[in-house]
Amino acid sequence: MGDWLVPALLTIITASTPLVFAAVGEVVVEKSGVLNLGVEGMMIVGAISAFAVGVTTGSTTLAICSGAMGGATVAFIFGFLTLNLLANQVAAGLALTIFGLGFSALLGHGFVGKTFPGLPKLEIPWISEIPFFGPLLFGHDILVYGSVIIVILTTYVLNKTRFGLLIRAVGENHNAAHSIGYSVKKIRMACILFGGAMAGLGGAYLSLAYTPLWVEGMTSGRGWIALALVVFASWRAWRAFLGAYLFGGITIIQLHAQGFGVEIAPELLSMLPYLATIVVLVLLSRDSTRAKLSAPACLGKNFHASG
Amino acid sequence: MLRLELRGEMSRTMVYLSPIAAIILTFVSGIIMFTILGVDPLQAIITFFISPLNSADGFAELFVKATPLVLIAVGLSFGFRANIWNIGAEGQLAIGALAGGGIGLLFFDVDTPFLLPAMLVVGVLGGMFWAAIPALLKTKFGTNEILTSLMLTYVGLLVLSYLIHGPWKDPDGQNFPESRLFHDAAIIPIILDETRLHFGWIIALFGVAIAWVVMARHMIGFQVRVIGLAPRAARFAGFKEKNIIWLTLLISGGAAGLAGTIEVSGPVGQIIPVISPGYGFTAIIVAFLGRLHPVGCLFAGLLMALTYLGGDNAQIEMNLPNAVTGVFQGMLLFFLLASDVLVRYRLRILRPTKVTKGANL
Repeated sequence: MGDWLVPALLTIITASTPLVFAAVGEVVVEKSGVLNLGVEGMMIVGAISAFAVGVTTGSTTLAICSGAMGGATVAFIFGFLTLNLLANQVAAGLALTIFGLGFSALLGHGFVGKTFPGLPKLEIPWISEIPFFGPLLFGHDILVYGSVIIVILTTYVLNKTRFGLLIRAVGENHNAAHSIGYSVKKIRMACILFGGAMAGLGGAYLSLAYTPLWVEGMTSGRGWIALALVVFASWRAWRAFLGAYLFGGITIIQLHAQGFGVEIAPELLSMLPYLATIVVLVLLSRDSTRAKLSAPACLGKNFHASG
Repeated sequence: MLRLELRGEMSRTMVYLSPIAAIILTFVSGIIMFTILGVDPLQAIITFFISPLNSADGFAELFVKATPLVLIAVGLSFGFRANIWNIGAEGQLAIGALAGGGIGLLFFDVDTPFLLPAMLVVGVLGGMFWAAIPALLKTKFGTNEILTSLMLTYVGLLVLSYLIHGPWKDPDGQNFPESRLFHDAAIIPIILDETRLHFGWIIALFGVAIAWVVMARHMIGFQVRVIGLAPRAARFAGFKEKNIIWLTLLISGGAAGLAGTIEVSGPVGQIIPVISPGYGFTAIIVAFLGRLHPVGCLFAGLLMALTYLGGDNAQIEMNLPNAVTGVFQGMLLFFLLASDVLVRYRLRILRPTKVTKGANL
């Protein structure tokens, strides 16, 4: 049993990590009251930024950093439009996705066919060799551990710190937060940039580790899944983490199901995450008090100081 | 210091100036972008925006590409005006194409002039059905239609993929994921010989005209506009918000379904895994650029269709990735959203007020 179980679980980890990054980033963005539908665009820009820098410089560290930078840079465009110019968030997010997909293809034109050696695995002698748990818990690359750390940090910051309280306050009632002297714009911009950087890291993981290649449109809808996960997780970082692993698991099961001779169309399995999200959405919104407890009250609403 | 100040009312001038400003800014950025990429900007702009149109065939292609964009955008405008955000037109297009195309496959051997109209009607119903799900969930449970319509887009595309890889696959198609080619009775007639320009374009123009009348003169259009501009006033006037949710989602879903059926029975001629290169999403840009007005959508749809043609042309002639299309579309919407701020706000230049010595404050 261990022969296939461990590799299968390992592939689930690699399939889930990009989703974890993107979804946790978006949790923070939405907690601050901003709906950024541009996750797909930020991810793909992160993917090409990381890949281009990785191939050119050969440095893993620089590649990862530029992935985060790339995502944050395009997120800044979104932030400027929605916060400073009060543009509609839905439209600006969609524009970001369309722009990101095109822009990344343009940047990546010269990188098609190149390869990156992948991310180094952090092996720990002796411990990595423990059967079952060793390979499962150790010997991953830095981004896999990074994604777990980010989830823990985000949960902590959002729930236990003053800054997290501010983020939630801005998301729940921006007028109140403004009237007691906090800058709604600055807090939201910080969250948007964080969300962009995380989506960028998710993209970087795809192009540096998952399939260390550049392929046009290689995020293939993961950004949208991440958006679905945020709702699925009812705006909690650790639930987004679980959700990402659940979705990643479904992706892998779908690949293996045919191998085991299970007669089910892969498309039907692929629908599950989206259908599950709709069910969760309905359950959340059906009970109005529960909806109030989870969705940030100012989600998607723009803020202007003059009211 | 610059400051934004809320205008008393929306600036009519800016409503019309803003798209023009956005187009100019997009051109300028395009020139800068091409220069940075080391591509001759003048040649690139000509290849992208002018040479696709230097033949009758080019114009025909422009109208072919604009057909779905205009139809969907006109449908979406109703919802957007009433703050109902259907962003799942891409999925409604796919389901509409499946429903309409399915009729074509079901009555594969029937040769009757009624087949095509039946397909178009069922296509509309298919799109409406897919848009009815977010409408039902929103009116019954208050579920956010942005997220449900988006999720359903992916489900819709997967339904398409499932049918075309499985039950609807052409039995004689050497295992390609494509349906059978439609017979002539299921194909939209060509209206200009030697080109691909088909009757769908006339349907789109007709759609624009009907939508214009409804939006400007009919009670539906009035209610949609009032709900969008003044939701409280609409409630006092006794407008049923739920009816408007249903209505706008059904209109936009139906339009997307119609566009999907026109695509499969027009330029494509069969059901294939990728029916649309993202028309459902691009139509959102078209709707905004067209100021949520049917006639505006017509012009915006033509411009956006040009970006598709230009992308293909730039790929063939200059070996640029045709994804440049997305860059232009994205930039256009960015600039449009940016300049739209001046519709509702005015810019005030604030000089730091000097405090004179001894003034009593």
